[in-house]
Amino acid sequence: MKESLAVIWAIGRKDLLLETRNKDIIIAVSAFALLVLMVFTFAIDINQGNTKLIGPGILWAGIAFAGVTGLNRAFALEVEGNTLEALMLAPISRDLIYVAKMLGNFLFITAAQVIVFPIFAVLFNLAVLRWEMLVISLLTTIGFSAIGTLFAAMSMRVRAREVMLPLLFLPVVTPLMMAAVESTSHVVNGGSWPDISRWLQLAVAFDIAFIVVSAFIFQQVVED
Amino acid sequence: MLALEVEDVIKSFAETMVLRSINFSLQPGEVAVLLGANGAGKSTLLRILSMLTQPDSGSIAVYGKNTAKNGPEARALTGSVFHSPMLYADMSVRENLILFAELYRLRNIDDLIEKNAVKVGIESRLDHRVRTLSHGFQKRTALARALMHDPQLLLLDEPESGLDSPSVLQLDNVIEEYRNSGRTILMTTHIIEHALEISDKAISITDGYAHVESTTTHSDKSNVLSAFSRSFQKTSGDL
Repeated sequence: MKESLAVIWAIGRKDLLLETRNKDIIIAVSAFALLVLMVFTFAIDINQGNTKLIGPGILWAGIAFAGVTGLNRAFALEVEGNTLEALMLAPISRDLIYVAKMLGNFLFITAAQVIVFPIFAVLFNLAVLRWEMLVISLLTTIGFSAIGTLFAAMSMRVRAREVMLPLLFLPVVTPLMMAAVESTSHVVNGGSWPDISRWLQLAVAFDIAFIVVSAFIFQQVVED
Repeated sequence: MLALEVEDVIKSFAETMVLRSINFSLQPGEVAVLLGANGAGKSTLLRILSMLTQPDSGSIAVYGKNTAKNGPEARALTGSVFHSPMLYADMSVRENLILFAELYRLRNIDDLIEKNAVKVGIESRLDHRVRTLSHGFQKRTALARALMHDPQLLLLDEPESGLDSPSVLQLDNVIEEYRNSGRTILMTTHIIEHALEISDKAISITDGYAHVESTTTHSDKSNVLSAFSRSFQKTSGDL
């Protein structure tokens, strides 16, 4: 267990080091999410009457689309130098590579949300900076990262990987998106834990199922 | 115990069968050179032996460790260098080596890095970002990484490509040192005469099958070289 954690930490620290030097992923994810928010703000007549209705959907659509951009970038860095293969030469289980990459993606999407959430709160005048939102965000981002890491690895060998990843990712995360949007709607309408517990349970079940399945499939995906 | 045992390995990509039935073994301390025309499947075989690619069928054992059942244990005994250096371009040479030393759970990492950097001649470049290095230095860094955990089996895919003459001599010294310490090397090369000089065995891949010949004596080397030249001319003619 201790050795596994050391391996995950070594790969995760490498991803953090590269990201602090390049800032490719956090800038891409947060800029893309903010752009989506801005486009919807201008495209739809948002007023006091409909912000609570459409705001949560716009927020999570923006984060999902932006997440795809970040996931693509995270794996593009490994593809450019064939470095994922270098990790695969090491005497470590492929599951650990998956978990480390998943945690890295989780951190990058979370960091982008730290930028996006306050701006969303101001633009839509909605109270999303609440504990309930923290849990919703945490569970949704875990699911995004679990599935996104697997699908990014799958689309890595495909020539049109920028197209392939959203085609695989977005349909599969639909239940998680529903849970995130519905529970966010309850929160912005003044609901609390009992109102969102059903959706949180769905998100937890989704996350557990996909982490287990993805870790299992990852080895087959990364080997020719 | 055999250093490497390859039994009936088959690999195809789509409808092209690259390796039809590969069988050979290497004793500890042997240096073997893998020969074959372009597209014969040398790199594919090395990728399978390095556990980057799964064979369709067949079995491989590294010092008795089956690669399908004991992948991490077999990988701990193996060091590999491929065409691509597989390095993080925005990290320094030292940072790259530290990362892989940690993944191999090595101790005294600083000493190991210094020792291997001197061995392959990159000690003056340790704190340079990989992106700023020439391909030759990147290749040497990849070699240092492959040597860090002191593997029993070293797999080299055209290790001399991109290296200048002094670097090739340095590589020969590393190979010689490895052979003398009882470790095993399997390499592909495009400088066949040179590789035959330093090898004990030649494994030629033709039409997806492996043919193993000794290269210990001068006449063995000449026979292998002329057989390879004939086979290469035939393949070129077919193309």
